[in-house]
Amino acid sequence: MSVDAAALQTARTGAGAAAPTAARRGRRSRLASVGLHAALVTASFVAVFPIFWVLVTSFKPDARAVSPTPRLVDESSVDNYVDVLSGARGDFLAWFGNSVTIAGLTTLLGVFVSSTTAYAVSRFRFPGRRGLMLTFLVMQMFPFAVLIVPLYNILLALGLQGRSLGLVLVYCTTAVPFCTYMLKGYFDTVPTDIDEAGRVDGLSPFGVFWRLVLPLARPGLAVTAFYSFITAWGEVAFASAFLSAADGSKTLSVGLQVFIQQNRTEWGHLAAASVLVALPAVAVFYLVQRFLVGGLADGAAKG
Amino acid sequence: MAEVAYVNASRVFPGTPPVRAVDNLELSVADGEFLVLVGPSGSGKSTALRMLAGLEDVDEGAITIGGKDVTNTPPKGRDIAMVFQSYALYPHMTVAENMGFALKLRGVPKAQIREKVAEAARMLDLTKYLDRKPKALSGGQRQRVAMGRAIVREPSVFLMDEPLSNLDAKLRVETRANIAALQQRLGTTTIYVTHDQVEAMTMGHRVAVLKDGVLQQCASPRELYDRPANAFVASFIGSPAMNLKTVPLTAEGARLDGLVVPLSRAALDGAAAEGLSEVTFGVRPESLRLASADEDGMEMTVELVEELGADAYVYGSVRIGEHPERFIVRVDGRTPPAFGQQVKVTLRDADEVHLFHPETGLRLSA
Repeated sequence: MSVDAAALQTARTGAGAAAPTAARRGRRSRLASVGLHAALVTASFVAVFPIFWVLVTSFKPDARAVSPTPRLVDESSVDNYVDVLSGARGDFLAWFGNSVTIAGLTTLLGVFVSSTTAYAVSRFRFPGRRGLMLTFLVMQMFPFAVLIVPLYNILLALGLQGRSLGLVLVYCTTAVPFCTYMLKGYFDTVPTDIDEAGRVDGLSPFGVFWRLVLPLARPGLAVTAFYSFITAWGEVAFASAFLSAADGSKTLSVGLQVFIQQNRTEWGHLAAASVLVALPAVAVFYLVQRFLVGGLADGAAKG
Repeated sequence: MAEVAYVNASRVFPGTPPVRAVDNLELSVADGEFLVLVGPSGSGKSTALRMLAGLEDVDEGAITIGGKDVTNTPPKGRDIAMVFQSYALYPHMTVAENMGFALKLRGVPKAQIREKVAEAARMLDLTKYLDRKPKALSGGQRQRVAMGRAIVREPSVFLMDEPLSNLDAKLRVETRANIAALQQRLGTTTIYVTHDQVEAMTMGHRVAVLKDGVLQQCASPRELYDRPANAFVASFIGSPAMNLKTVPLTAEGARLDGLVVPLSRAALDGAAAEGLSEVTFGVRPESLRLASADEDGMEMTVELVEELGADAYVYGSVRIGEHPERFIVRVDGRTPPAFGQQVKVTLRDADEVHLFHPETGLRLSA
C-alpha cells in the first residue's frame, strides 16, 4: 500500500512538472500570432472586398457607380433592383427561370449519370473501363471554344439547337467527366465488404448502390452537385451559342449583357442583377455544405 | 436448417496461368453441423466460403444448399447470413437498423423486426447499444453486431469469414466459446473459415483442411490430430507443430540418431512394397520425453526453452545422418533443462508415431 502511495506521489509530481511544458508547446509566440493574423486578415480582405463593392455599387445610380473619389453611400437607393426585377431592361425573371431550370436539370442529370458511371467503374471490371476513364480525362483538356462548332452541329442534327434540353446535355458533357472522377474516388473509399454484406442481406446490385453506397458518398455527391450547378449557372459562351436569340429564352449570364452596351455600361443595374444572380448559387451551396463532412464510412470495419 | 454440399466445385481466377483458387472441392456438411475450413493464407478457404455465399462464381461443379442447386443463384436467394472479417456494418445505420436491415428488405412488419432485434440484442448483450452507430462501438461490440445481424435473419446457413481475427487475444478466446455455444443453441448449419488451427480444433464438429485450393482432409478434430492423412495436415494441426523428419529405414524400424524406433510389421511392409529406403517420420512434441542416462535416446543440444507454466517446450538440435535437425519436446514445466545442455530424448510410446511417404507426403502407417 505504502509503495503504491509513493509511486502515486512520484507520478503526481512528475505530471506537475510536465504540465507547463505541455501547455507551452501548444502556444504561439506573440510575433508569430500577429503575423499570422495579419496574413489572414489581408487574405480575407482580398477575397471579400470585390463582392462587398458589387453590393455597394448595386445601390448607386449608374452615374455615381464609377467615380474618381468613390464613396460608400452616394445617392443610394433600391431603384436598380426595382428596375431589374420589374423587367424594364429585359425579362429578368424569365432569364432567372431559364437558368434555374437549366442548372437544376444539369445538376440532376449530371449527378445521376456520373454517380452510376462512377459506381460501375469503381466496382465492376468490364472491357473499356480504362478507356472510359481516359476519355473523361482527355475531354477535360479541350478548350471550350474548340467545342462550340462541333457541339452546334450535333445539336442541330438532333433537333435540340435553341432548346434548353440541348444546353443541359452540353453542360453535362463538361460536368459528367469531372464528377465521375470525383465520385469514383469517393466510392473507392467505401469498403466493398459493405456491398457484399448488402447483397447477402438481400439487396439487388442497384439496391446496394442506392441504399448503401450513395448515402455513404454524400460528401462526394454534395461536391459534384454543387459543381454541376455552378457549371451551368455561370456559363456564357455555350449559352449564347446554343439558345435562341429571343429575349425570353436567355439565361441570366447571357441576359446580363443587356446592361453592357457599346458606349455605356449601366454599372449600378449590372451590380444589382449580379447580386440577384449570386443568391441562388449561395442558397445551393448552403444546402449542400452540411453534407461536406468527412468520415461518413467510419465504423464499417474495425479501424 | 439445411445441409450444404460442394460437388466438385472449382473457382478459377483468370490469369496467366489461371489460378485454381479452389480445386475440385468435394465436401458435404450435415444439417446443424459446425464445419471449420482451415488452411494457411492463399489456401482457398475464403474463396470456398464466398462461393457458397454467391459472392464468387463457381466455374466448375455445383453447390447445393438444402438439396437445392444454388450454383447460379444470387446471394439474396440463398437464405444465408454471413459474418465478415471486417464486420462490414452499415456505418450510416444504428445497431438496431443494421441488425434489422435484412428483415426490412424482406418486408417483415416493423413490430416483428423490433421484437427479433431486441431478442438477438439480449442474447448478445447489445441492448444498451441499439441506438448507437457502429462508429461509437468498440471492436468487440462491432463483432457482436455483425453476429446479431446474422442471427436475426434466422438463415438456413451461417457463413463466418475469420470473424475473430480483429479481436485481441483474450476477447478472441471468450468470443470463440460464445460463438460455439450460440451455434449449439441455434442448431444452424455453420461454415467457419479461419487460419487459426486452435480455433478450428476448439470450435468445429468437423474440420476441413485446405492447401493450395485442394481439400487435404476433412474429419473430426480428434481424428485430424491422431491420424493426419498426410504430412501437411500433420504439420499444420497442433501447436507447436509435429516434428517431421525424413529418416532412413532399417529392418527393425526408423533409425534416428542413437535411437531406432520400432515400427509395426504393416508399416514396414507397406514401405517395402513402395520400395522406400527412407520415410517421413512424425512425432508430436508431447509424444517425446527426456530419457534418463541409461536409456537409449537421441542426443539433443538445447537451443531454446519456452516455459508456458504447466509445460515447457524444449527446442533443440539432433543430428540425423549429416544434418542437424530441430526437434521440439514437451517437458514438465517445473524442471526444464537449461540452454546449451545436452539431453537425451526418447519416445513415450512407440505407437505415437506417424509415417508418411517422403515424396507424396501420404500417410503410410495404419
